[in-house]
Amino acid sequence: MKETVLEVKDLVTTFKSADGPLPAVRGASFSVKKGETLCIVGESGCGKSITALSIMGLLPSNGMIADGSIYFNQRNLAEMSPKQMQKVRGNDVSMIFQEPMTALNPVFTIGFQIREPLMIHLKLSKKQAHMRGIELLRMVGIPSPVERMNQFPHELSGGMRQRVMIAIALSCNPSLLIADEPTTALDVTIQAQIIDLLNDLKEQLDMSMIMITHDMGVVAEIADRVIVMYAGEIIEEGRVEEIFENPQHPYTKGLLASVPNVDDPEFDLKPIAGSMPMLNEQISGCRFHPRCPYAFDKCMEKSPKTFHVTDKQSVRCWLQEEGVEQNGGRRASSL
Amino acid sequence: MSTELVTQQLPSHKKKKEFALFKTWKRLIKNKMAIVGLVIIAFQLFIALAAPVIVGVDPNKQNLELSELPIGTEGHWLGTDNYGRDIWSRIVYGARISLLVGIGAVSLGLAGGVVLGLLSGYYRRLDGIIMRFVDLMFAFPGILLAMLIIAILGTSLVNVVIAISIWSIPTCARIVRGSVLSIKKQEYIIAMRSLGASDLRIMVRHVLPNCMAPIIVFATMRMATAILSTASLSFLGLGAQPPTPEWGAMIAAGQEYMWTSPHMIVIPGIAIMLVVFAFNVVGDALRDALDQGMSLDK
Repeated sequence: MKETVLEVKDLVTTFKSADGPLPAVRGASFSVKKGETLCIVGESGCGKSITALSIMGLLPSNGMIADGSIYFNQRNLAEMSPKQMQKVRGNDVSMIFQEPMTALNPVFTIGFQIREPLMIHLKLSKKQAHMRGIELLRMVGIPSPVERMNQFPHELSGGMRQRVMIAIALSCNPSLLIADEPTTALDVTIQAQIIDLLNDLKEQLDMSMIMITHDMGVVAEIADRVIVMYAGEIIEEGRVEEIFENPQHPYTKGLLASVPNVDDPEFDLKPIAGSMPMLNEQISGCRFHPRCPYAFDKCMEKSPKTFHVTDKQSVRCWLQEEGVEQNGGRRASSL
Repeated sequence: MSTELVTQQLPSHKKKKEFALFKTWKRLIKNKMAIVGLVIIAFQLFIALAAPVIVGVDPNKQNLELSELPIGTEGHWLGTDNYGRDIWSRIVYGARISLLVGIGAVSLGLAGGVVLGLLSGYYRRLDGIIMRFVDLMFAFPGILLAMLIIAILGTSLVNVVIAISIWSIPTCARIVRGSVLSIKKQEYIIAMRSLGASDLRIMVRHVLPNCMAPIIVFATMRMATAILSTASLSFLGLGAQPPTPEWGAMIAAGQEYMWTSPHMIVIPGIAIMLVVFAFNVVGDALRDALDQGMSLDK
């Protein structure tokens, strides 16, 4: 069994607001093993990005980790001082962002930006950093890297910029890479290239990866394990085959049913009714029950506990309890 | 997998940077008013630097026999003042003073304003304190603040520079803070943080260069204000002391002779007006030129 790189336990992240603290992540626990790719999927606003930012210690100034621990290589990131975190970020854990168009500083050359982390963490000289930068650009498949070092971001296409971002993120050989929807802003053909590149690099550098996405196609392509988040909670977790072939939670089923299938002419796109609850919305019992077609009385009263389907797959849903017939559930009264 | 992508010879780094500057410059000189302003500034710079070469006469040399000569007199083409001092040479040496004071006051003001603006824009906790302090400074009329400072420090040109620079700080701090507030929300700043860069490094190396456009425009415009304020303070007797050939002081000295020798006040007046006009026009043109230059996709 491979060692665990990251272990998040009961993470609660809240935001300060005029109405008191708003929990964006409500007790998430998961772990990432060495060389493993974990996908976090969910709708916009389910807390997946906030989970990533909590790990990085990059929450906006009104956000804070209220509870729980984040163990990275046996060190608790949640308790580190900002100074200590600075040494971890970019060095041991780094991150790729969604928008390659705005994630590079427009007034500096690619070279300047790729040299920065090398000079900060590895204490390389400018010249050494420059040589290493060229190597990195070559590694992420950028043609004529020597010339690219002297170009400005606006001279590069979106896909090229995302490659540069990946090169910068990988510059100090991190053991964990967090990719926050790295392909969402790109063309479909470029998306596939970037996904392939990330997969290759992960193998090559033997690092772990957390991929945040709402694109089930990306998940199928890259994930080893999948976490499904809904309204700040992890509702289902399992290996990618299990999630795709045997989804247990009604929400996961809904997510999969809302991905178009071109091979099946009979396929009918089924959107999930309703929308994600607001952060401050009080929902008794299971947070998904107002949108759940199978909800029954217990769902409204008690928050579901975790049921293990297999040794890897677990789900938080009362339907898993012995004696509950899936079809026996009735539509919850209109809420 | 991407090697089939176009591999072309790309122009070198040096050329690129020059090109960006050149483009701003080209946009700047498309503006006719800007050319007028630039010519005036260049002329002032030239006479200020070459003052001893251009004028052979000591600007403070008195000759009571030749006092109050009108414009166009041989040897004194701009005439002389009540002490018989050559007005042209006084104007030329005055150009030196006004430039020095302008540059001094603006750079000091920028130094203070940029630091305060960066801190207050970057750290939310400091923002309240610094901005209230800036509000306090704004509540004072500028010239009154300058007079107060000079009253404390004493009258001299150096103190004028200090007074004007202090008075430039709040405006500059606000402008920089505004830019910082918008820039620090950009994803590339968060990306820099995700790479483990320290706050200081991010502020100085990544945020500040992105605020340069408004700072350059502010500095140019502020030159005009600084030169005008120096003249005003000297006119009031709070700045340059006689016999310093400062333009404002020259006007003050010429007041009594306004009806007999109007050129004593008209000539330094025109000099002040031209220079202030030039810096304002160039500042305006720079704003337009840099505005386009800073947008990403053009």
